[in-house]
Amino acid sequence: MNGRKGPSSGGRGKSSSQQQGKGEQRRPMFRRRKVCKFCSDKIDDINYKDVKLLMPFVPERAKVLPRRISGTCAPHQRKLRTAIMRARQLALIPYTTE
Amino acid sequence: MKRKYELVYVVSPDASDEQVNDLHTQVDAIVQRMGGQIEKTDNWGRRKLAYEIGRHKEGTYVLEVINGHGDLMKEIDRRLRVTDLVIRHLTVRVDEEQGVVERTRSKRTDTTRRRRLARGLPADRQPGEGQRGEPDDDRDDRFDMGGEEIR
Repeated sequence: MNGRKGPSSGGRGKSSSQQQGKGEQRRPMFRRRKVCKFCSDKIDDINYKDVKLLMPFVPERAKVLPRRISGTCAPHQRKLRTAIMRARQLALIPYTTE
Repeated sequence: MKRKYELVYVVSPDASDEQVNDLHTQVDAIVQRMGGQIEKTDNWGRRKLAYEIGRHKEGTYVLEVINGHGDLMKEIDRRLRVTDLVIRHLTVRVDEEQGVVERTRSKRTDTTRRRRLARGLPADRQPGEGQRGEPDDDRDDRFDMGGEEIR
């Protein structure tokens, strides 16, 4: 069946049998708790000049990565947004791709 | 009231180094005239633009940290806007934000120091101390549990 496709699915037999048909990738309902990168790394200053810091938060389409995905806390997301918008004005970060 | 500003401008790639320097002197002249001072100048050199501006694909970035009044920045903004060589510029006021950053940072060090003292450790972090997976700590010290590490 679906749950027995890959060779690596052996160890999680029990849990995957509970949600048959959802595909083998489905872990038992457990997600790692997301933490704010800026809080945990103690980055106080989200600066528009620091492109290396900002790039992970503007994926492929160059949109700002939403909080629900990145796990950034609200105050830091606000600062991140301003930083990204400033960097965009200076053509350090694209507004969009294509 | 004097404030601190950051000015970044992007110079067209056609400009020679001389012209870039010339632009800097022009900005400096305005700053001097309006009673401010340039705290720092940083030329990032030529870098690729994230998108095309006009027909340009790259530009020379110059950062200036300026102390001065709002009128001064207004004048610089106006001047840069009419300068054809500058393809983009941005002024940001930084003094307030820097203050906030400093305050949070000092607050945090105070808290950690207090907590460390409460735990009976020296106030500052010792070299070699720290959790696994820190950037400056790439050796495997899982079995090296000697000394004061054990709580």
